[in-house]
Amino acid sequence: MTTIETQATAGTVPSGKRFFTLAGRYGTVAAFLALILFNVLFTPNFLSLQTLNVNLTQVATIVIVAAGMTLVIATGGIDLSVGSLMAIGGALAPMIFTGALFPVSSMPVAVALAFILPVIATALLGLFNGLLVTRFAIQPIIATLVLFIAGRGIAQVMTNGNLQVFRNEGFQFIALGRIAGIPAQVILMIVIAAIAWAAVRHTVFGRQVIAVGGNEKAARLTGIPVHRVKLLVYMISGALAGVAGLIVVARNSASDANLVGLGMELDAIAAVAVGGTLLTGGRANIMGTLIGALVIQLVRYTLLANGVPDAAALIVKAALILLAVFIQQRAGKP
Amino acid sequence: MLLSMHGICKSFNGIPALRSASLEVGEAEVMALVGQNGAGKSTLIKILTGAYRRDEGSIAFAGEDVSFNMPAESQARGIATIYQEINLAPQRSVAENIYLSREPRRFGLIDRRAMREGAVAVLRTFNLEIDVDQPVAHFSAATRQMVAIARAVTQKARLVIMDEPTSSLDEREVAILFETIRTLKRAGVSVVFIGHRLDELYRICDSVTIMRDGKTVATGAMAEMPKLALVRHMLGKELAAFEAIAKDADEGAQRPVRLSVENAGAGVRVRNVSLTVREGEISGLAGLLGSGRTETANLIFGADRLERGEIRYKGQARSYRRPAEAIADGIGLVSEDRKVDGIIPDMSIRENMTLALLPKLARSGIVDRARQDEIVARYIAALGIKCTSPDQPIKELSGGNQQKVLLGRWLCTDPKLLIVDEPTRGIDIGAKAEILRLLRRLADEGLGVLMISSELEELLAAADRVTVLSDGTSVAVLPRRELSEAALFAAMAHQVE
Repeated sequence: MTTIETQATAGTVPSGKRFFTLAGRYGTVAAFLALILFNVLFTPNFLSLQTLNVNLTQVATIVIVAAGMTLVIATGGIDLSVGSLMAIGGALAPMIFTGALFPVSSMPVAVALAFILPVIATALLGLFNGLLVTRFAIQPIIATLVLFIAGRGIAQVMTNGNLQVFRNEGFQFIALGRIAGIPAQVILMIVIAAIAWAAVRHTVFGRQVIAVGGNEKAARLTGIPVHRVKLLVYMISGALAGVAGLIVVARNSASDANLVGLGMELDAIAAVAVGGTLLTGGRANIMGTLIGALVIQLVRYTLLANGVPDAAALIVKAALILLAVFIQQRAGKP
Repeated sequence: MLLSMHGICKSFNGIPALRSASLEVGEAEVMALVGQNGAGKSTLIKILTGAYRRDEGSIAFAGEDVSFNMPAESQARGIATIYQEINLAPQRSVAENIYLSREPRRFGLIDRRAMREGAVAVLRTFNLEIDVDQPVAHFSAATRQMVAIARAVTQKARLVIMDEPTSSLDEREVAILFETIRTLKRAGVSVVFIGHRLDELYRICDSVTIMRDGKTVATGAMAEMPKLALVRHMLGKELAAFEAIAKDADEGAQRPVRLSVENAGAGVRVRNVSLTVREGEISGLAGLLGSGRTETANLIFGADRLERGEIRYKGQARSYRRPAEAIADGIGLVSEDRKVDGIIPDMSIRENMTLALLPKLARSGIVDRARQDEIVARYIAALGIKCTSPDQPIKELSGGNQQKVLLGRWLCTDPKLLIVDEPTRGIDIGAKAEILRLLRRLADEGLGVLMISSELEELLAAADRVTVLSDGTSVAVLPRRELSEAALFAAMAHQVE
């Protein structure tokens, strides 16, 4: 019936609420800094280039996938298919440069195609997700469940369920190479995160993504091509999953359709949630997602480096997500 | 008397919604309950059913003083409510819905056969022969409504409240519904019928209760209440003193026509609408709730598809498939419901204001922030928007300031035609006058304005000409010099035969 409008000149805010507002805004950063401080004090050899590289290479694929996931979630959707799309991208690439798919005459061309074609393929599968969501108005969680299930099957059928083992220096540069001492995949992660961040902040597309998630009806009445925006975010999410798939198989010198990207959708969603992007849409915090992924990675690393088994680390990870979402909810309350 | 409610008062957060409202319904009587948006009809009904607690007043039902704490209690006493959005479980069968939570049992298990037979029997009393094993979702809106009524009957309801039951029905379905109401009446059941279409009320109701501003302002037998009097009671609040800022339409009669709508129609809400908007004029669009005003705006703007008739913009026939096409042509729409169709609550004033302009503010997809800031600053100043900074989320602004941001959203696109749907709803009186003056200034600069309003004083003060809609049909066009309260009342009460 009647709502009390908040005045333009904001009044005093109760201190409990202010705590949650602050925690909601800076909590993830604070947790990140606290984890680093803890490790500096208690984990042996934490402050070394090697530790940094280990953590960054492990988090790179999560950040890359989570960047796309952030955009999808910002429109009010979700993409469960990313892990399976990684498997497809990861299965396609070696088939191209080993000549299993079609004969290759020149290795540099084959390697180039091995980078490009899998990403195009997963982008098109992302487009398929987008079409289900827009044209057929299927709920995103169900629409992307289709490829979550079928995608890994497709990857297994393509490879007959076989493990593809390979050595290809050119292709594996994406995971093993270094530029100025920094792992190539870390650079790729930084570039992708930076582009996604700039896109959200400075492009028409970025503003439209947030408007669609914030109020789809109003967005349509403002002339925003709602369907096109959604198609694009699912395509981007698919393409980035493909890139992540390439990195994983290049790192392992092997492509196993059963394992590539397994559980990635949940890691990516967790990074987005911890990073402060509301799962209801209308916000896209790429920097938050980056830090969210780093926090999750650091928690795992901290526990492992201090002798806590991986299984227990999972429980802590889950608790962390719960805490992050709880704080955000309290902060978001009027 | 089956029901008598007297002196009902109710406030929300200190703001009165009901101020001594009353409602009396006799045995086997069909009572119309009418009033504008915000008159207090639904609050009164919710107090009766126990969804809200009253602050003051008395309720007597079937000769006893009652005070229901929750809807289940009133249901148990024989008061059934059928809402607009029918509360049935769409995927369950007709029979299951009719007996939901009161399933006939045998040895502790649900007796499906008894349930089915009972459902068939009760539906037959309404001349409805359908497969009761089918999910409710498979049937039309009218049939679903009848299932809801059948449910009420099996609950031995003595009073059935119907909230805008005909809003989504076509004429044939309305006839079926009315036959059902007559059947109920013959069985001694009373009905409270909340509706807006006057001809329907006169067809089915015995008496009428009219509410306005939280009070019951008139009651009487339907047949003895002339339409004109009914409309006057519904709308006739004291006219607020707006300075007259309208111009005589004669002055603008020579001006080029910017928009003309001829015999437009779509669905059941817009039947046959014609109107024109000239360059530099404020063309008013009036009508009672449910007369198809907003739907007409949506047709012009491409939010809904035109099915019949023609829309000409700047002399050319246009049928927009989506708002983006209308916007590209220079049309803007400030929609009726700010919260639902207007603001993006979490976005800043800056982003909300430039949302429609954004593609033009960008070079190769990148927003020109300097120009964006400049435009936003200009309109914040020009519209007098009170905010701490352009970065402030729009949800933190007052209603009037939100509305100004939304006006700014279109003004910065330099529109040629602006449709404003209830531009001053939920805004305090000072801001209202300010927004009307602003619209006038824009019209003077050449903008064509189509102003939809249910507030007569607004139309009287600002519109150069008013088209009146009734039941999805334009029934009158009143030029400025013929515009008066009485003329508007008369036009709105117009009966479509």
